[in-house]
Amino acid sequence: MSEIAGALVPVLPQSRRVRRRLPLNRGGAFGLVVVALVVIAAIAAPMLSSYGPAESALTKTLRPPSREHWLGTDQLGRDLFTRILYGARVSLAIGLVTVGISGAIGLVLGLISGYLGGVTDVLLMRLVDVQLSFPFILLALTVNAILGIGLQNIILTLIITGWVVYARLVRGEVLALKALDYIEAARALGAPRTRIIARHLLPNLWTPVIILSSLQVAQFIVAEAAISFLGFGVQPPTASWGNMLNEGKTYIYNAWWMTTFPGLALVLTALGVNLVGDWLRDTLDPRLTT
Amino acid sequence: MVQFVTRRLLEAAVVVFLALTVVFSLQFLAGDPVKLFLPTDTTPKQIEEFRDRLGFNDPWLVQYMRFMRGALRGDFGDSLRQNEPALELVLRRFPATLSLSGVAMVLALATAIPVGVISAARRNSWFDHLGIGATVLGQAIPGFWLGLMLIYVFAVWLRWLPTSGRGTWLHFVLPSVTLAAFVAARFARLTRSMMLDVLGQDYIRTARAKGLAPPRVLYKHALKNASLPIVTLLALQLGQLLGGAVITETIFAWPGVGRFLVQALLNRDFPVVLVGAFLTAVLYSGLNLAADVAYAWLNPRIRYE
Repeated sequence: MSEIAGALVPVLPQSRRVRRRLPLNRGGAFGLVVVALVVIAAIAAPMLSSYGPAESALTKTLRPPSREHWLGTDQLGRDLFTRILYGARVSLAIGLVTVGISGAIGLVLGLISGYLGGVTDVLLMRLVDVQLSFPFILLALTVNAILGIGLQNIILTLIITGWVVYARLVRGEVLALKALDYIEAARALGAPRTRIIARHLLPNLWTPVIILSSLQVAQFIVAEAAISFLGFGVQPPTASWGNMLNEGKTYIYNAWWMTTFPGLALVLTALGVNLVGDWLRDTLDPRLTT
Repeated sequence: MVQFVTRRLLEAAVVVFLALTVVFSLQFLAGDPVKLFLPTDTTPKQIEEFRDRLGFNDPWLVQYMRFMRGALRGDFGDSLRQNEPALELVLRRFPATLSLSGVAMVLALATAIPVGVISAARRNSWFDHLGIGATVLGQAIPGFWLGLMLIYVFAVWLRWLPTSGRGTWLHFVLPSVTLAAFVAARFARLTRSMMLDVLGQDYIRTARAKGLAPPRVLYKHALKNASLPIVTLLALQLGQLLGGAVITETIFAWPGVGRFLVQALLNRDFPVVLVGAFLTAVLYSGLNLAADVAYAWLNPRIRYE
């Protein structure tokens, strides 16, 4: 019956098939728009503003939002709107680079751990347990304090602390897949390990890894902001939403805009990315619910 | 059950031991802590003497063994900044953190569970939509920004509440609301989805059919059966509150463990950092264990081998 039904479905062009597989809901659409705006802000920052991110004007410090400075100026007379645009670069770099690298590391180690088992598995999973025995933000803060400040070190910090969730997810998926008949069959037919991993395991791992990544992007962006807010991580004059909030904290009595707008940018971005993640999860894998 | 708990306790002990080893090794990656807290005009000879006195010149293994032997006796050495035992310094700040986390947790549960229950009972009503909106926002707003905004509105603008410090119950309001927001959002979401699951069951229809009052069905029959994952989340979230406390305490100048640890990290006061890592690992592993045990104990259908 299903074969007949399948045969009756007209062949759709690629784009329409994708649309059918990913029906867009309101949350997902909102999320995608926000993410697109952040990407545009990051790429086109110099074109969107006539000020430089570190350009200070000591005659115009702590000015409230005006037509000249849309979101006001900070204690050094720097344009807040410009700094928020440039801050998007840091957030985006953090989100993409750290998720990409920590995801790749976690994927490989999770595959090894789950497929090979044995001593490697025990050792890797103990390491995962150790890392998960700390609240994420506390662990990241400690590692960053030890590695030292700066954009590179915060990326390194988030990679070191971020791969474990991937490793654990992938290992679990691999263990479940390994027990399925078709893997058994492939092995019985004499397929080499590399072929089983590349052709039979990896294609089944993409969906959970992509879903997890979309949620990790938001977590990493917020983590960077939190760490920079505490005075570690990205340092001024480089604009990061976290260190802008840290500077704004000092002037909360006379410049509300310094704490309000960078925070709004951060919240909107985190919200947008999370909504995209929720939408991906609901459409790619309806079995998963939280 | 006893066997299960024993095995998990042993595993937790291994994790704590490994965590200490990792953090201890990490400090060797950092710059020289000795240089940081000696005045800049100190001669190299004086620095050497100082290093010798603190044992920084010994081989790694010797330092490690000395540290572990001390740790077993609860001796983590003196703070490099204040000449007092690091463990005592940290423990002295625990009551402040515990009271804040406790208030935050009560606040979170007291708002999240009713919201979750009512949202589920009136699915797709305006209340439900409002509730979902609030939980999505609650999870997206980072604690440190929420804290700053609360300070601005209630302390700077309206002048109703103090900005920071500890003393009266008024000091509790802003930090505990900040800390509770994220946790409350998670509880409300979980309660709602668990309740939706349970409300679709046959026994709920039966209870309704025999004419029980709706609140009785909701709270006695449904919530009780939906509470299992909520209890598990409770233990896990208590651990998360510790992480959240680091940031919340720093913003509100709350004299707890979290703020103390951030200062220790800024000052490279490694004995204090190690104590913090040790206590966190112990607490976190303990809470995870408690979550598993509670799960097994509350649900007789689950059998742990």
